[in-house]
Amino acid sequence: MSAHENAQEGYDFAHPLPLPLLAGTFLVLTLLTVITVAQASFNFGSLDVLIVMVIATIKAVLVGAIFMHLAWDKPFNILCFIGSFVFVGLFIMATLFDSRQTAKDDIPVLDDAVVAAPAEM
Amino acid sequence: MATTDAGLVSDAHEQPGHGHSDHGHGDHDHPSYLAHHFDTPEQQFDSGKLGMWLFLVTEVLFFSGMFCAYAIFRAWRPEVFEGCSQFLNTKLGAINTGVLLFSSFTMAWGVRCAQKEQHKLLTVMLATTLSCATIFLGVKAIEYSHKWHLGLLPAGLFSYDPSNPHPVGGPNYLAYICAPFAIITAGVAVWLVVSFLRGAKFQFECAKPLLVVCLCFFVGVGLGTILESGGEEGHHEGDHAAVAAVEGEHGGAAEHGEEHSHEKEGEHAEEPAADAVVDLPAAGAMVNESADLAVIERLASDATNTGLQDELAARRAQSQQSAGGILYDVTDDTSATIASAPEDVLRPSRAGVFFSIYYCMTGIHAIHILAGIGVLVWLLVRSIRQDFNRNYFGPVDYVGLYWHIVDMIWIYLFPLMYLIR
Repeated sequence: MSAHENAQEGYDFAHPLPLPLLAGTFLVLTLLTVITVAQASFNFGSLDVLIVMVIATIKAVLVGAIFMHLAWDKPFNILCFIGSFVFVGLFIMATLFDSRQTAKDDIPVLDDAVVAAPAEM
Repeated sequence: MATTDAGLVSDAHEQPGHGHSDHGHGDHDHPSYLAHHFDTPEQQFDSGKLGMWLFLVTEVLFFSGMFCAYAIFRAWRPEVFEGCSQFLNTKLGAINTGVLLFSSFTMAWGVRCAQKEQHKLLTVMLATTLSCATIFLGVKAIEYSHKWHLGLLPAGLFSYDPSNPHPVGGPNYLAYICAPFAIITAGVAVWLVVSFLRGAKFQFECAKPLLVVCLCFFVGVGLGTILESGGEEGHHEGDHAAVAAVEGEHGGAAEHGEEHSHEKEGEHAEEPAADAVVDLPAAGAMVNESADLAVIERLASDATNTGLQDELAARRAQSQQSAGGILYDVTDDTSATIASAPEDVLRPSRAGVFFSIYYCMTGIHAIHILAGIGVLVWLLVRSIRQDFNRNYFGPVDYVGLYWHIVDMIWIYLFPLMYLIR
């Protein structure tokens, strides 16, 4: 079935990505993974999570833009996908704010081994 | 496109006025891959792609619920996450990350092959992607069975005992996980032989890569075993180190009910203090031995003697509690009082929550991998049938998008779970 109506409108819309680009992306992703693992052995304190998340986001953007063809995709598709992350951000931030506000309402757990340790009796 | 066409076209070939015959491709009015309600392959592809993106949006939102739970519990008890994360084998996690990234690469390459009509290479790429998926699951099987064996289970089932980290007996979890894969592998092997003997060429062509894919699960299991046992000392040392770190920080609180100088990093400095605490009168005896207490109070009045100050605070809290009082901890500094006991990261109710989140997130991710394997097998069979061409590569592209988002989720999961320091 070779329907190669090349001049036909709506045909030949395929956009194959060059292999070196794909391979390069894979190498960069692997490198970033190595960096992520390596940074875990250093103590950056509270910056830790931030660094890790920034690296992960760079990786996610690479996967999205190149492997998922988002860089060449229709703007509406990009909008949908990015939009979902905006809502995820809102969701997590709002819930964390709420959690912070109510964190004082910690209910102690009393049925645990630690509480029942002999020294405390 | 005329809407009047839509209702009456049962077969595009009988409708000369329909579709693109006016564009002059006569007998090939509607290629078999083009559904008749689409004008062009591109329209068909774009519609499918939009649908796929919307599905991926729901996937992102679905996983965000679990990431949210993770964020809340981690914000609540960062030390529990830090402590429990030591039980996850970074090496296995990193290998799995690499395997998934490679499968993403082969998947993207597969999409390119489909677009360029390289049928043989497409089959190879899909088979490679599938093999990576099963290797991933094989390594995961080692991770899970190891943790189940140790009793590192979700809240409610969590039964890890630091004093007996390697309980003997118990079911062979690895065998249970491997059993279904072994059955499938045997089935595919039988299928391969039968199709070969019966001369069913197409089935034989399908069974060949699928057998490789199935065997790759056991390659993953082997890889996991080697990494787990090759780093046996390292890892079990890691286990013990994790326990030691946890005990060093909080063990004193658990055993004596009172914490000493609270220096998270200075574990060694704490040991002598712990001995000193042991020599002191029992907790309940505080009121009676006022002489001792007076000495301690006097010593504690020296601002530099923080150890004794903490101890005093702890004793006050204890006597208050033993007298039936309820402690309201108004200060943020719980380090030196009995209230520091809840900080023990290995308390089942707390460590269990970490492992609940861990199993939930990685487990649902693994279920997505299984679903991905299902659709990839479908693609593999179709690619052997040479269904795809430059105008019809949608299914490969959509499955590719799904596969990449599963990879993307792992990209976030790996550092959030395995690399907490």
